[in-house]
This record gives sequence, C-alpha cells and structure tokens, in this order.
Amino acid sequence: MSNEQILSSDGVPLEVSLKKAERRNKIRAVLLVAPLFLFVLIIYVFPIGDMLFRSVDDRMITKMLPKTFKAMEQWDGKELPEEPVYGALYEDLSYLKKTKTYGKIIARLNYEKSGFSSLIKKTVRKISKFEEGNYKEQFIKVHKRWGQLDYLIALKNTAPKWSYAKYLKGLDLKFDQDRNIIQVPEDRRIHKILWIRTLNVAFWVTVFCFCLAYPISHLLATLPMKYSNLLMICVLLPFWTSLLVRTSSWMVLLQQQGPINDLIVWIGFAADDNRPELMYNVIGTFVAMTQILLPFMVLPLYSVMKTISPSLMRAGKSLGGTPFTTFLKIYFPLTIPGIGAGCLLVFILSIGYYITPALVGGASGSLISNIIAYHMKSSLDWAFASALGTMLLVGVLTIYWIYNKLVGIDNIKLG
Amino acid sequence: MSLPNYTPLNYKIWHYTYLTICGLVFFFLIAPLFVILPLSFNAEQYIHFSAKMLALDPEGFSLRWYKDMIWGTKNPWGLATKNSLIIAFFATIGSTVLGTVAALGLSSRHMPYKAAFMALLISPMIVPLIISGTAIFFFMAKVGLAATHTGIVLAHIILGTPFVVITVTATLSGFDHSVTRAAASLGSNPVNTFMKVTLPLITPGVISGALFAFVTSFDEVIVVLFLAGLENTTIPIQMWVGLREQLSPTILAVATCLIIMSTLILVSAELLRRRSERIRGINR
Repeated sequence: MSNEQILSSDGVPLEVSLKKAERRNKIRAVLLVAPLFLFVLIIYVFPIGDMLFRSVDDRMITKMLPKTFKAMEQWDGKELPEEPVYGALYEDLSYLKKTKTYGKIIARLNYEKSGFSSLIKKTVRKISKFEEGNYKEQFIKVHKRWGQLDYLIALKNTAPKWSYAKYLKGLDLKFDQDRNIIQVPEDRRIHKILWIRTLNVAFWVTVFCFCLAYPISHLLATLPMKYSNLLMICVLLPFWTSLLVRTSSWMVLLQQQGPINDLIVWIGFAADDNRPELMYNVIGTFVAMTQILLPFMVLPLYSVMKTISPSLMRAGKSLGGTPFTTFLKIYFPLTIPGIGAGCLLVFILSIGYYITPALVGGASGSLISNIIAYHMKSSLDWAFASALGTMLLVGVLTIYWIYNKLVGIDNIKLG
Repeated sequence: MSLPNYTPLNYKIWHYTYLTICGLVFFFLIAPLFVILPLSFNAEQYIHFSAKMLALDPEGFSLRWYKDMIWGTKNPWGLATKNSLIIAFFATIGSTVLGTVAALGLSSRHMPYKAAFMALLISPMIVPLIISGTAIFFFMAKVGLAATHTGIVLAHIILGTPFVVITVTATLSGFDHSVTRAAASLGSNPVNTFMKVTLPLITPGVISGALFAFVTSFDEVIVVLFLAGLENTTIPIQMWVGLREQLSPTILAVATCLIIMSTLILVSAELLRRRSERIRGINR
C-alpha cells in the first residue's frame, strides 16, 4: 500500500485537478444561465416586487400632512386634540393650497370617511383668512366637522406609511373608525362574489376539461400512429390558434342569431322569438373556456397514457378482471400523474383568465382578472389593482409550488 | 379499431358509445374554428348565415370583407400587421437567444440549484398575464418605455423565454454528450463545439421554441393592452377593440387569415418535432 497521490500529467494531484475542472464547469453553467436570470430579475421579478410595494404604499398622505401627523403622535384620540395639532394642520393645509396639490388628499381622506371632501374644500377656500393663534376655534368656525371627534380620528388613522387597507377592500372588509375590521355594507360586497365565482369557474372548467380530455387522450394513445396523428391535429390546431380567434368563433356561435340558437329553435327547445341568452353570462364563459383550455389537459394526459404498456391491461384481463375493473385497478392509477399535471395546469390558467370572460362573460360572467383590468384601465386605482393582483398571485404561486412538488416543472410537455 | 367477432354485445355497445363520445369531443374542439371560414365570405353585413349562404347561392358569398381588411377606409390592419410582425420578430430573436443559452446551462449536470432556477425562469408562463401585465406596466412607465416598441418587445421576450427553455431543455435531455467530448478531444474550443456540433443537433428544438415564442408574442393582448399607445397597436389589439365594439365580418376575415397562419405553424412545428425525435433516436 503506497500513500502516493496520483498525479495528472502536469504534476498536480488528480483530486485537485478534478475539483478545479468541476468548479470551472459549474461556473460555466452558471454563466450561461446568468443573462436570462438577470433579465428576468430586472424586467419581471423586480416589477412584481414593485407591485407588492405599491399595494401597501400609503406614504402620499403621510408626506402631504407631515406636521399634522407629527403633532398628532401625542394625542390619544379620547377627546378633541389641543391647539398644536390645529396649528400644524393650518401650516400643512396652507402649504398645500399654495402649491395647489390639496386635490390628492381629498380622495384619500374621503375614502377613509365620507364627508371629508366638502370639509377640506371649504377649509382650503377660507384658510387664507385665518388669523394667527387660536386655530382650533377658527377651524371649528369654518366647518363644524373639525370639532367632531370621529373626523379627527379618521384623519389620524391615515398617518401610517403602510396600509393593508387595499387587501381588506379586496375581501370586502374595511376598518371602522376604531380600527376594527368589519364587513362593508351588504350591497357593496362585490369582491367576495368575484373570488368565489373565479374559483368556481376554474374548478368546473377543470372538471369539464378532465371529463372531455380523458376519453380522447386514451383514444389518441391507443390508436395506431397514422390515425392518431390525424386526430392530434384536432387538438393541436386550436392550441396554436390565436386566443382571440377562438373567442370570436364562440361569439359567432353563441350569439342570439347564431348557429347554436338556430339549432335549439329548430329542435324546438325554444321559440324563435324567445331565444335563450347563451352569451354575456356565465354559460358563455364556461363553454368557451372549456374548449379553449382543453388542449392543455389533453397533452399531459396523452404523454402519460402513451407510456402505459397495453400488455398490462391484457395481463389484468387474463387474470380474470372485467374491462371495468382492469381499467379502475390498473389503467386509471397509472394515469394519475397525467391527471395531476393537466388539472393543475388548467386550473392555474383558468384562475387568471381575462380575455374570454371579458368578451363572452358579460357582467355575470366576469372574473377577478376583469376587475383588476378595470382598476388598471378605468378607475386608475392602481394600488387596489396591485393588491388584487398580489392576492391572485399568491394563490397561483401556491398551486405552482404544489405542481412543482408533485409533477416537477421540467416535466411540462408542449406539443 | 375493430372488435373481434366474439366480443359480447354489451361491450360492443360500450365501445361504440365510447367512440361516439370521442367523436363529439373532437368535433367540439375543432368545429368552432371552421364556423368562421364561411362567414368571412359573407356578402352581407351580418355574422350569421344568410338564407342565400345556406342555399349555396354564389351571390351569398363575396370577398368584400377581405377587400375591406386590406383597402378599407381608416383601416387599422396595415399598421397593426406591421407592428405585430416587428414586435414578434425581435421578441422571438431575444427569447430564442436568451432561452437557448440558459437551457444549455440548465441542462448541465454541474448547474447548482437547477430546480429553483428552472421554476423561476418558467414562472412568466404560469403567472396570470393580467399580473405580469400590471407589474411590467408599472416598471415600463417608471423607466419611460411605456408606449414604445422597445418596452413591448422586452415584455414579450420575458413571456416567450419559458417556451424556449422548455423545448430546448427537452431536446437536450436526449442529447448524447459524448459527441461534444469527442469534439473537445479533437482540439475544438467550446464555442466552436457549440456552433459546429451542439447547435446543429438541437436546431429542431430551438426552432420549435422560437415558433412558440413567435406565437406568444403575435397573440399577446393583455400586456400590449396596458403598454401600447395608439402608435403601437397590434393585430390582437385591433381584434380586441373590434370584438368589444361590434363583431364585424372584417374581423372574421382577419381571423381566417390567422387560422391559415396557425395551420402553417402547426405543420412546421409537427415536422420539426418528428425530425427532432429522429435525430434523438426516439423511435415510436
């Protein structure tokens, strides 16, 4: 036994030389991934972080009334604050009037408590006539609401730089003036309905897709190649066709004068002058989304079924199993990985669907994505859109994580 | 699929029921696309079948909506097509290059934290587009790239790379690494080995990834909807606007053109897939 080390050709111990080579390979692999990683980090991950930040950012009002909030720190909120608070408020509001920027705080304060809009407008109009000293009295003289405790408490409640109020709003909750979380009035509870509907639609679309995809994937996997390739086109052509084209074909089909309604009238299920409304409601969303997402269920199921040897079924039958029991005990369990992959993929995709519900869903068929788009494009409440987006993102990432654990992300098959 | 003669009657019934169900599902998948084709040749301004069309009267059909698509007054389709092609072209190149290079690294057995990197790089495909669109819009507005082609191209590169990464890693998984070692032992440097040996072998995977990236960019509505100004309008945006206002036969003419395009893409993708399987030695 010699303790001599094996040396490579240039005299370095082989172990060291090997480690060096391994490290070089590692660095090379990392360098190859680095450009895309950095690109994704800057243009994708960072913006999503920024979106999270926006959803809780409430610094605008904190910055605009700095002195007031500073003076209010000492105030316990049990009775009306003392003179220094009103003095600070006077300074802040005069500054805002001078720079003509008070418009921004009105919306924010009015959201906290209605009635602030007229209060601030009236105060700002008269603030130049204020005399020095005894501001508390002068404020209350301008508008009696400055002497009401709940308005001042509402003002104080806007002081923190960060707020999760937008998240509460997304769940139809809000703060009352004592900072308790309460439900919003019954007629304003629209978001909870949308969340439930989104989950409902995603769930049922997944179920429908599964029921429709399972038999045809089985057929595609068991037919001889030359037939199955032909039938595969029926799956792949919609897969490659523009989403808008497919949605517009459903709009043509489902409209009141469309072929499906013609058929219903012809069969006699409905009178010609009383054609059922198939579009602009949740039926349209269900039908169109199922057809559009079906390929995403078929492809993973097919790729798993393709690997199941037919001899297993024959073995089951030769051991006395009926076709039904062999299917249930042998074939079905083997397809479970494909079922998991397909269902999770379809569920993830449908939970964030936007285009199809927006076009064929109408008001009763719109989903959470539609309300995000509405706040982005129309109401311009970007913080709220960000909060809803973040809530949706958390949901999707949770399912993605499960998917990654169960299926493995590198097992996604395309086409 | 014919059944042997001795099959019991109830199995026969079950078998044909099964085939009928499958037939109906295939019909459900493919038929909606074919409704558009005849209606785009409608001679009248409706998007349902006129009596003349159902009677196959030649007068019921015309090319007027195709003419309108190309020469119509204040027609947005020309600009939209140009923009769509430019954006999709650059986005495809960007995604393909970045995605292929990253896939090479991810397929290396020396890559640390492979699964985590893979999950991150594929996430743009999983995260709902409405969220990606919102986040990217804030970012582009901040850096001054909103309503520019550059901003849209960068966003589309992000959305396209997952497809390239997936297809190229799939191709590389069946890749025989001894050929690159052979090239190295014959004195080739890594870049040369990649260009002369690896790339020709993985080309089918790269091109099919590029096709995915192209289609992703060419079809994408939501991110463009947030980012684009009037000058950056694309075909999907014009279709979206048209569909929201009123479903017109001109849109169906455009849709028909898009269906023809996707058929061509499907055929090339299928040919590439088969070629790739042949090269990788997968016989079925």
